[in-house]
Amino acid sequence: MKILVPVKRVIDANIKVRVSADNSAVDLNNVKMSMNPFCEIAVEEAVRLKEKGIASEIVAITIGDEKSQEQLRTAMALGADRSIWIEQAGNIEPLSIAKLLKAVVDKESPDLVILGKQSIDGDNNQVGQMLAALCNMPQGTFAYKLEIEDGRAIVSREIDGGEQVVSLALPAVVTTDLRLNEPRYAKLPDIMKAKKKPIDHLTPADLGIEISSSLKTLSVKEPAGRSAGVIVNSAQELIDKLRNEAKVIS
Amino acid sequence: MSVLVIAEHNNKKLNALTGNVITAAAKIDADVHILVAGNDCSAVAESSAEYDGVSKVLLADKPSHEHHLPESLGPLVIEVATNYTAILLAASTTGKNLAPRVAALLDVAQISDIVAVEAADTFVRPVYAGNALATVQSNDSIKIITVRTSAFDETASGNTKAPIEYVDFALEQDSSRFVSENLAVSERPELAAASIVISGGRGLGSAENFQILEKLADKLGAAIGASRAAVDAGYVGNDLQVGQTGKIVAPDLYIAVGISGAIQHLAGMKDSKVIVAINSDADAPIFQVADYGLVADLFQVLPEIDALLS
Repeated sequence: MKILVPVKRVIDANIKVRVSADNSAVDLNNVKMSMNPFCEIAVEEAVRLKEKGIASEIVAITIGDEKSQEQLRTAMALGADRSIWIEQAGNIEPLSIAKLLKAVVDKESPDLVILGKQSIDGDNNQVGQMLAALCNMPQGTFAYKLEIEDGRAIVSREIDGGEQVVSLALPAVVTTDLRLNEPRYAKLPDIMKAKKKPIDHLTPADLGIEISSSLKTLSVKEPAGRSAGVIVNSAQELIDKLRNEAKVIS
Repeated sequence: MSVLVIAEHNNKKLNALTGNVITAAAKIDADVHILVAGNDCSAVAESSAEYDGVSKVLLADKPSHEHHLPESLGPLVIEVATNYTAILLAASTTGKNLAPRVAALLDVAQISDIVAVEAADTFVRPVYAGNALATVQSNDSIKIITVRTSAFDETASGNTKAPIEYVDFALEQDSSRFVSENLAVSERPELAAASIVISGGRGLGSAENFQILEKLADKLGAAIGASRAAVDAGYVGNDLQVGQTGKIVAPDLYIAVGISGAIQHLAGMKDSKVIVAINSDADAPIFQVADYGLVADLFQVLPEIDALLS
């Protein structure tokens, strides 16, 4: 079984963003970048399937500028066999990402595509679902458990009310949720070996895809701040304030 | 041109958050239609027909729609999508599962989790865990939108009754099969819609200790929430997780107990009207967003609060 794992380079999850002075964008200058946490979970799940003997090949893929190759090296250090870098700088909308990935799916014919449910920059939660639609594949989103049985992916999903299990014919798209697994750290020998694993360099033109966009960002602003709060000194004081000052309880 | 809201429901009952989606929809165009897709769900259609501003309900009542699988509902929505200027869904797990699939089938963008409608083509949405708000303008002929329901009030209902029209379309497919479901059952208000939420974090220490919060919740008529740490540790189920990738809530009162206030948790609750933090660590980031902070051992103060609420 071949697994395709799209990964994304994003701002590190521990960093609080700042908005640029002209309100045009988030300021990413000199900010630490890392692999999107949900993508790390996707890579880990693919590697576990390979360790179980279910998957035979893991191909990592990313779309971005030349720095995003770092994330491919990380994916290969964690266990991906090879990777694909689609060179495209700047912002690219989820539909265009899905179209590029579809072109790669058409070339590679993976049995499974595993990707993060959302990236922590755009928080869109769209690419997996769009890719599934374009490829006419079933989708198992927000997965907290994944099993492969008799040519189908059994995906246990976190939903608003609790949990749901669906059975998907392969090839299928699965998006990862937080509790699917706890990703491992890359070991130094594997990081060294990953430098020798191949990265295929493609452009959208190579894939016959023209990047389009239909969304224009007019501004990016910080949300209104909250006014400073107060420290209370007892449960009594707290309840008094909630009753008489904030008037949110009776 | 009319807008279409896809109702959020469980086949038996309409989810009241649909009323919040209708409010957002009406800002795009005053003429709102509702699509109810499910199985044995005529009661949901009846409830949908009662909202102000709704002029028509489309009812697609078929066994293949029962579990709201996007592989079934996607083609259905495409079938009815012509002539609408926008299609809106709640940014629930059902809505987030379906909306992007519909958008890709229509070859248009999808706009996720909007918190405001500035114009029929311009929307505000949170990015970077809600640390920035982006205003985006779409030039697509049909906008596919998921709505952060906590950012909109509910539309009034009960004053009107729109006609219900049957939609015969149903696609049989076997690529995705429903296997099973395990839903939490509770008498408490639903987390996403509650006006008071009391939320526990790693500091609670165990599933048993969450019962202390439950007692308080009962007295306050509150819903229970939890941080990711508490869910990961198994103290409560995932359906209670509040945060960037869990539920987004904005109640009148949010009480965070034993929650440190990581960026990802704040993303899920920082629009609450009043925030209370109870934590023994005076440096916990949660105190930066709290209106009232109590630096104390939660095991000492929670019983005190319980006594004061009697």
